[in-house]
Amino acid sequence: MGSDAPGPASGAGPWETDEAGKWLDGTGPEAGMVVSSRVRLARNLEGHPFPHLLDQAGGEKVLSLAQDVTREINNFGHFGEFKHLRLASLRPLDRRVLVEKHLISPHHAEGGGSRGVILNREGTVSIMVNEEDHFRIQCLSSGLDLAGAYDVAGRIDDLMGERISYAFDPRLGYLTACPTNVGTGLRASVMMHLPALVMTDQAGRVTTAMSKVGVVVRGFFGEGTQASGDYFQISNQITLGRSEASILDDLGAVVREVSRQEAEARESLLRGRRHSLEDRVWRAYGVLGSARILSTDEAMRLLSEVRLGVELGFLPRIPIRVLNRLLVVTRPGYLQRLAGRELAPADRDLRRAELVRRALRSWNGRGGPGRGDPAAGAP
Amino acid sequence: MMCQDCGQNPATVHISQNINGEQTELYLCASCAQARGLLGPGGFPQFSLQDLLAGLLNAQKAGLEAEEPEAPGRLRCGLCGLSYRDFARAGRLGCSRCYREFAAQLEPLLRRIHGSTRHTAKMAGAQARRAPQTETGDLERLRQELQACVSREDFERAAEIRDRIRELERKGK
Ligand SMILES: [Zn+2]
Ligand SMILES: [Zn+2]
Repeated sequence: MGSDAPGPASGAGPWETDEAGKWLDGTGPEAGMVVSSRVRLARNLEGHPFPHLLDQAGGEKVLSLAQDVTREINNFGHFGEFKHLRLASLRPLDRRVLVEKHLISPHHAEGGGSRGVILNREGTVSIMVNEEDHFRIQCLSSGLDLAGAYDVAGRIDDLMGERISYAFDPRLGYLTACPTNVGTGLRASVMMHLPALVMTDQAGRVTTAMSKVGVVVRGFFGEGTQASGDYFQISNQITLGRSEASILDDLGAVVREVSRQEAEARESLLRGRRHSLEDRVWRAYGVLGSARILSTDEAMRLLSEVRLGVELGFLPRIPIRVLNRLLVVTRPGYLQRLAGRELAPADRDLRRAELVRRALRSWNGRGGPGRGDPAAGAP
Repeated sequence: MMCQDCGQNPATVHISQNINGEQTELYLCASCAQARGLLGPGGFPQFSLQDLLAGLLNAQKAGLEAEEPEAPGRLRCGLCGLSYRDFARAGRLGCSRCYREFAAQLEPLLRRIHGSTRHTAKMAGAQARRAPQTETGDLERLRQELQACVSREDFERAAEIRDRIRELERKGK
């Protein structure tokens, strides 16, 4: 692999840093309200304790199997180039960046012991090794594309299944450390941007309806995290007794229905509160374009409003890809990675503000003022 | 229905909680639910599968704390050594064999979480080759899937499955 990328040497190399991830491209169906789709398959080895009860020798054995699996995937060649990393060999900052890129869970980054991750170059596939389960195959895809994400995860699973004897029971399916994952081991999630449902206080009503059809809502970084900036992860609850296809179909149907409700809420905002809405998104745009100090939370909140303003046609047409990328590259770990060193929180706020200003300025220049801009001089 | 806390706003959030085996139903408006810490920012509930599992396990607790040697909490897995009580505390099983050792205790739990206790989807490579589906197994699986389709009102798929079941039943005679 190439090693010419800038940044401190740490064994991590450019794989974790050069790209925020193709899943942020802003392409795919429903890419306006749906940021990304994710599919995760939980798999374990037969006859070995699950990671939380595994001794060191056992943990190392799983890691060496992960090494074999990586070689196998690379030899197969169909999925691009993969690399196996031992988490203990990465600096805390590198692990944090992996979390911010949604490639590993916060728990995996901080857990210690014999943990690993197998990554592809595009930042769309990661296989967590010795997280809650021995293997968690995860595929990310831009927009609403659960079938696409499952296709890759499923084929990597088939490939791994040739080499590994999975813990599997004909009655219960794939056996997992937590009984909430048993059966298919499949957790499908869709990250949605739902500002209008939040502004119109309808989020509660929509969630109640979702919980009745077996759908769980979580924050931007998944399990146990708070939703922020109007971004929500919507996942299937049930993993047993249903086929993979029906789990994905049902979640897709829920997501399309939520999209429809969000669109309706946007319409009603445009009818009832057009001027205050227009004012709000322009203010957000103004602050992001000129602030000198910007915290993570403020950036996230304002980027959400700007995104809404772009989609409603009030603001210059900044590509969604740019706004998506900013969600990840303004996180504390990523900022420090870009800087090539650790930064105090106050320095991060300065750099974050600068990064966002630069991104918005370049798009204002190329795209010209938006339709809603009075300065554009409507006749 | 009006919010149970303030009585001013219509209740838009229904929260069903199971605390130590006691079921409580709450009907609240979004702001009161938020005030109780039951809703996150943006009005979405702070809900995770871990919470769900913990709630269900709490409901089971009474029998598990008993000290008699044959109490269900004292059951131990022969492979990894985990006791059922350990599982009830942490929410995680120790190894694949635990599923067999604690089958009786897990069954109601799986039913509550998934509405089912039977895998009906992708088979692991080796198992799929080693044990080809028998027709009786097929029938059972199809009947379950039929039920699932009916309960989610997917009648089109249900009709397909019903036809397949009839076909298999005819062959079996
Ligand atoms: Zn109230
Ligand atoms: Zn066990």
